[in-house]
Amino acid sequence: MLTAGIDIGSITAKAAIFEAGKLLATKVIFTGYNAEAAGQKVYEEVLGEACLEKAFIEKIVSTGYGRNSVKFADKSYTEIMCHAAGAHFLNPHIRSIIDIGGQDSKAILLDDNGKVKNFVMNDKCAAGTGRFLEVMARAMEVNLDEFGAMSIKSKQPSKISSLCTVFAESEVISLIAKGEQRQDIIAGIHESIAARVSSMVGRVGIKEPVMITGGVARNIGVVHALEKKLGMKIEVSPYAQVNGAIGAAFLAALL
Amino acid sequence: MKKQILEFLKTILIFSFGKFKKFTLRFKKTKTMKDMMIVYYSEAKSARLTGKKVAWITSGGPVEPLLAMGIIPVYPENYGAMIGASKMGGGLCEKAEAMGYSSDLCSYARADIACATINGGPLQGLPKPDMLVCCNNICGTVLKWYEVQARYFNVPLFILDTPICHTEYTPEIAKYVRSQFDEYFAFLESACKRKFNYDRLNEVLLRSFQTQVLWQEILDTTTNKPSPMTAFDAFFHMALIVTLRGTPEVIDYYTALLATMKERVTRGIGAVPNEKYRLLWDNIPIWHRMKWLSQKFASQSACLVADTYTSAWCGTLKYVSGDNPIDSLAEVYTRIYLNIGVDEMAKMIIAMIDKYDVDGLVLHSNRSCKPYSFGQLDIQRIVEQERGIPCLMIEADMADERSFSESQISTRIDAFMEIIKEREETSKK
Ligand code: SF4
Repeated sequence: MLTAGIDIGSITAKAAIFEAGKLLATKVIFTGYNAEAAGQKVYEEVLGEACLEKAFIEKIVSTGYGRNSVKFADKSYTEIMCHAAGAHFLNPHIRSIIDIGGQDSKAILLDDNGKVKNFVMNDKCAAGTGRFLEVMARAMEVNLDEFGAMSIKSKQPSKISSLCTVFAESEVISLIAKGEQRQDIIAGIHESIAARVSSMVGRVGIKEPVMITGGVARNIGVVHALEKKLGMKIEVSPYAQVNGAIGAAFLAALL
Repeated sequence: MKKQILEFLKTILIFSFGKFKKFTLRFKKTKTMKDMMIVYYSEAKSARLTGKKVAWITSGGPVEPLLAMGIIPVYPENYGAMIGASKMGGGLCEKAEAMGYSSDLCSYARADIACATINGGPLQGLPKPDMLVCCNNICGTVLKWYEVQARYFNVPLFILDTPICHTEYTPEIAKYVRSQFDEYFAFLESACKRKFNYDRLNEVLLRSFQTQVLWQEILDTTTNKPSPMTAFDAFFHMALIVTLRGTPEVIDYYTALLATMKERVTRGIGAVPNEKYRLLWDNIPIWHRMKWLSQKFASQSACLVADTYTSAWCGTLKYVSGDNPIDSLAEVYTRIYLNIGVDEMAKMIIAMIDKYDVDGLVLHSNRSCKPYSFGQLDIQRIVEQERGIPCLMIEADMADERSFSESQISTRIDAFMEIIKEREETSKK
């Protein structure tokens, strides 16, 4: 049975194709201003990647903030449920997921069957999300992709105490002016995001093993800072960004 | 002049209450809520002409002594709800912020303070007060809010201080609060320049308690499955227990409402078609999103059967004793939901979970109301431990529509309902 999962996030749209419980293909594109068109486009592109025609796909599940604009989906689930399914598919032992996306971050607690037991979301504030890192990368004039590698060189992360993105940005600028090392400032930024996320995670009572998903999972500096803060090992999903779409395709097979 | 005021009020009230029409259940014979509120507000608005006095009072304040003295009570918080429902909160809060008030201040306070300075808002503003009565059993915000208004209107302010009853109502607290009631009566005597009427007070108290018993009975009809009404209905019908408890008309109104609910129960009519899931709501409603929320939950066959807010107006009935009505009055007003410890709050919520047999708890983390919201994380933890039901927290504000993100709240509600449905399916297996 062939199924598809489509995850329309606020910044990127993701798609995944499953065949008989195996992942065939994935695709990521920018969502742009038209979520409906992005859904169509990412679906067509992932089909191209897998060399398949629409007619072969039996079931489609949509997820993400734009889930209701995917009109051709058979069903939609929230990204909470899909992230849980995706992580469970990749590693059935996972009990907690930390997902840090572009606009929000969330922590999901799973039961022994991989079902969602509880979740908590931070979506009111940019601090603790990918957006925070983007703002900081601009202030630092460093490419965001280099953040991870640079920060692990740091011996003495700078202290960034502001909880607010705007205040933290001016703090960073004053650290630059003071002549602090770049890698230290970046490591400090990662520690600050880790502090934010760990206080949110504390609200659901996280259980090991933990998996991190979402675009920010690719930043090794954030992962290390979080591991240090939480005092536990964190498994990075090999499909961090498309984990929700994978979960959706997985759930579609159960329809 | 009076006729003009009436006509004017009618238009405004139809405007603000029309928004609730969708989820109000029609029932016969008695005056409608709209009629009663029109009469109430027009009487208050024309108090200057009729020689009556107007007192602004906090929502948890003892209103019975005012009624006993023929003073018209006016509730800025009820008005705040009206502002919220008419989606005027954001604009008024912005105005207050421009006046220098912090955006962290309760939106009822911001909206009321701003509204007093302009000729606008629902009903073109509240009638000017002759005195203010502030009871801090609900929060500390009201102290400063009422002080601001007392200065602005240059009228006397009475403060009734009710210490928090973390676990019990100690003899010291009883004595302290009781003595303030004597001061309260003296304050009213000097404001009205006549003796306090204790006989009238007893009559009013009797009716007030009677209304509270009726209100509790109405809320309890939702223990039936399907539930004949939702918390959204209760949010609408509560306006009278807040503003006019202790008056005979309200007793008539609630008696008829109770009969309607009982009839619906007998005929098996549910407020939510195909009620499948039953939920409990905590905190003040999100007034500007009542319709959206009620439809959102109903579309998932979920009925909010009860809430901690509307029951606050009858939650202390157990402390009423006939022996000494004024002592009872002091105790009842001191032990309200917002004036007890978090553990006690959690106990009450757990009792409601059992009584109404609910599948989940929805907590509105209300940016405005700190005393209502600060213990919610602990309450959530206690509920999860003791009853193991899913809990959802949504962040919003009761009257300031700028603090509401539809797509994010929608996702949270959907995810919460997914958990509840999954649990149901697993338990069936
Ligand atoms: S803070 Fe809460 S209790 Fe106090 S006035 Fe505002 S809404 Fe009412």
